[in-house]
Amino acid sequence: MGFDIYLLEALINGVLLGGVLALLSLGLNLIFGVIDVVWICYAELIMLGMYAMYFLYTVYHAPLLVAAAACIAGVAVLGVLLHLLVIAPLLGAAPINQLLATGGVLFFLQSAATVMFGIEFKNLGLRLPVLKAAGMFISYSRLLAFAVALIGMVLVYLFLSRTYTGAAIRAIAQDRQIMPLMGVDSQRIYVITSALGGGLAGLAACLLVLQYDVHPFVGLTFGPITFLICVLGSLGNFAGGFVAAFVFAEIIALGGLYSDLEWGYVLAFAFFIVMMFVRPQGLMARRS
Amino acid sequence: MLTLRDVRAGYGTFQALFDVSLEVRSGEAVGVIGPNGAGKTTLMRVISGLIRPTAGAIALDGANLATMPAHRIVEAGIAHVPESRRLFPRMTVEDNLRMGNFTPAARPKYRERLDVVFGLFPRLAERRHQLAGSMSGGEQQMCAIGRALMSDPRLLLLDEPSAGLAPLIVQQVFDLVTRIRAGGLTVLIVEQNVQQVLRVVDRAYLLKAGRLRASGSAAELLATDSVREAYLGV
Amino acid sequence: MTRPLPWLLGLALVALPFVYTAPYPLHILVVILIWSFAYTSWSVMGRFGLTSFGHGGFMGVGAYVTALMWNKAGVSPWLGIPLAIVASAALALLIAYPCFRFRITGHYFSLVTLALSGIVLQVITATRDHTGGSLGYTPERYQGGSSVWALQFGSKTTWYLIALGVWAVGLWLWYRVDRSMLRYALEAIAEDEDAAAATGVHVTAEKLKITVLSAAMTALAGALYCQYQMFISPDTVSGIAISLQMVFAVVVGGLYVSLGPTVGAVITILLAEILRISFGTRAVGYDNLVYGILLVIFIIFLPRGVLGTALALRRAS
Repeated sequence: MGFDIYLLEALINGVLLGGVLALLSLGLNLIFGVIDVVWICYAELIMLGMYAMYFLYTVYHAPLLVAAAACIAGVAVLGVLLHLLVIAPLLGAAPINQLLATGGVLFFLQSAATVMFGIEFKNLGLRLPVLKAAGMFISYSRLLAFAVALIGMVLVYLFLSRTYTGAAIRAIAQDRQIMPLMGVDSQRIYVITSALGGGLAGLAACLLVLQYDVHPFVGLTFGPITFLICVLGSLGNFAGGFVAAFVFAEIIALGGLYSDLEWGYVLAFAFFIVMMFVRPQGLMARRS
Repeated sequence: MLTLRDVRAGYGTFQALFDVSLEVRSGEAVGVIGPNGAGKTTLMRVISGLIRPTAGAIALDGANLATMPAHRIVEAGIAHVPESRRLFPRMTVEDNLRMGNFTPAARPKYRERLDVVFGLFPRLAERRHQLAGSMSGGEQQMCAIGRALMSDPRLLLLDEPSAGLAPLIVQQVFDLVTRIRAGGLTVLIVEQNVQQVLRVVDRAYLLKAGRLRASGSAAELLATDSVREAYLGV
Repeated sequence: MTRPLPWLLGLALVALPFVYTAPYPLHILVVILIWSFAYTSWSVMGRFGLTSFGHGGFMGVGAYVTALMWNKAGVSPWLGIPLAIVASAALALLIAYPCFRFRITGHYFSLVTLALSGIVLQVITATRDHTGGSLGYTPERYQGGSSVWALQFGSKTTWYLIALGVWAVGLWLWYRVDRSMLRYALEAIAEDEDAAAATGVHVTAEKLKITVLSAAMTALAGALYCQYQMFISPDTVSGIAISLQMVFAVVVGGLYVSLGPTVGAVITILLAEILRISFGTRAVGYDNLVYGILLVIFIIFLPRGVLGTALALRRAS
């Protein structure tokens, strides 16, 4: 009887984690779908956002919402800088060079964080209550993260489907070359998308910092998983990423139930390998 | 309205247009005919700004188009319906039309332009929520032309509107061009289907291997021996 | 092949440690040689558009399997290293087969391999009871650290000669591939997989061959590193950082040239040493910081790498 409760609790936690992972994959898919580049350093942008939250809230005692707004805006700016300084000069280059450049930024951001903040783990210090329901313990911060992630995704959906810029973002992913004939300045759309991708990373940072400590290499824990989610759901496919996020989250949660958290990630990767054998249609690669 | 003077253009080391000079006067319908590979699509692209001319001048009512970015050229009033339609396949008809309406000047007129387009293409109104990629060739052509009209252009560029379409549909497309003209719109059409295009335009040019070989009224060109031999099998 | 210059240089390289015996420069040379071999191993498949970001995983497997077999089971590295190579090859097959079979290429392939190296690091950390986790792992010294059986040598000169030999073998393998039918098959595949398949090339099989070779060589590099340094940790032999480092160095040196990876190793390792010495213990991470910036600048302004650009300039003049 008690065992079932733990299972249910793990399943629910999986769903809650899935919400945040879906938000992460949305950002990455947006950038890839629109600009056709993978930001390998995406998780590192989130790491910086988490540090921003830490400093704003814990050190400078800014109100939580103000800190969150500043964090989202700040990482959005970082996204734009990343595009203008690193991606834009390489738009015509070989894809390997584009990947490498963002890899270099990954290196740079991890080192910058190490230099500026040191390697100790830092915690937001926010103690949110834990809900007790039907014998299960669900942390409030997880629920909050899930709810905010969903709201964020709905807002992005509305933006993409109801505004001209959103339509342009969807269109450019389908036929890049004729965008100028619509009167669209593609470079501006890239910048806006980079800001959006960065903003989503900032939002994810706000949600993750509620539950996890931050240190310069924290990106290595959820970065690879985000990539796997996007690949399984098909790079650039928002719906695919959404579903894949929840599937992976459940596996991680269930793996964590029976063993250390790290084994959850290993299990997820093993699942990924199996999926590649079993359901290649879910992974039908676009030739890049 | 539109003038090209000694325009040269190409792709890298390959030159496609050699000293092309033509003009399109306000309210006219002008055709450019010629065989495959003559440079007709290149001509369209250099006007709409997708490629830059390597030499020569292009002007729209005096405004120099040769250095203007393509998205600005749309704002200046030129709408280009590309070869093979190039609709956004996974967006609805309405979304495609909205994309045509992207320029700041056109946006306030969205409702009005939509009414114009649906008036011309009632079938599109029925299919407004359908994914563009799932429509037939003829319907896609209607949608592509409608999308271009959403920007309230002064000059409409049509690149091979008959390509890949059944003869009956081609007929309908060119009937539509006549109706669009009736509204006062200036049109420049490049086409391989000589009979159809010469039916709807006032004047035409003959483009062969990147050079203009002949020009004149539609009737004159129909009577020209070279045109008759090459295209009408006479 | 009868040109005297390469042979003279080779002779000079072999004679070097007997003439110039200062330990620190020799140490740097050994490190450069081992990493050059690792980078060459990557480039053996990287040059054909198979951009793996997961070679850190193979290196980690090579290092840890060798060390674990020695410490836990007393298996000599002479057997342990082949076992590690086999393990690495098996891992490569496991990941690469579905990727190639189902046409996972380009960005997808890079991301999958990136995740692979991340997961290998996670496994090493998760099994900390056996592997020491992030604290690292030390192979036990045998006979005072100088034993052929244990493949441990105290003398830098010995290690230099071993590393030089392995590096030379790596280059030889590179040339063997370069002159083989496999190369033409892979270049055809890189250009157009469908067309290649239509002409009878067994696309999946050819790609697997080169991947397994590359993974095996990289595992050997990892094992050698372990035996030389006598200390390994997840961050120094596996993980995303190592994978990225490999790709960087090869691109910096020149991807399509045999000595490109070596030049890349020389540049990046010397640079890292210089930075480490200048910044010293005052600030942890400054060296990687500068390293990262320089590498991004390199990618933007010198995409063909040092050797590649130099060769292109020479051809143009």
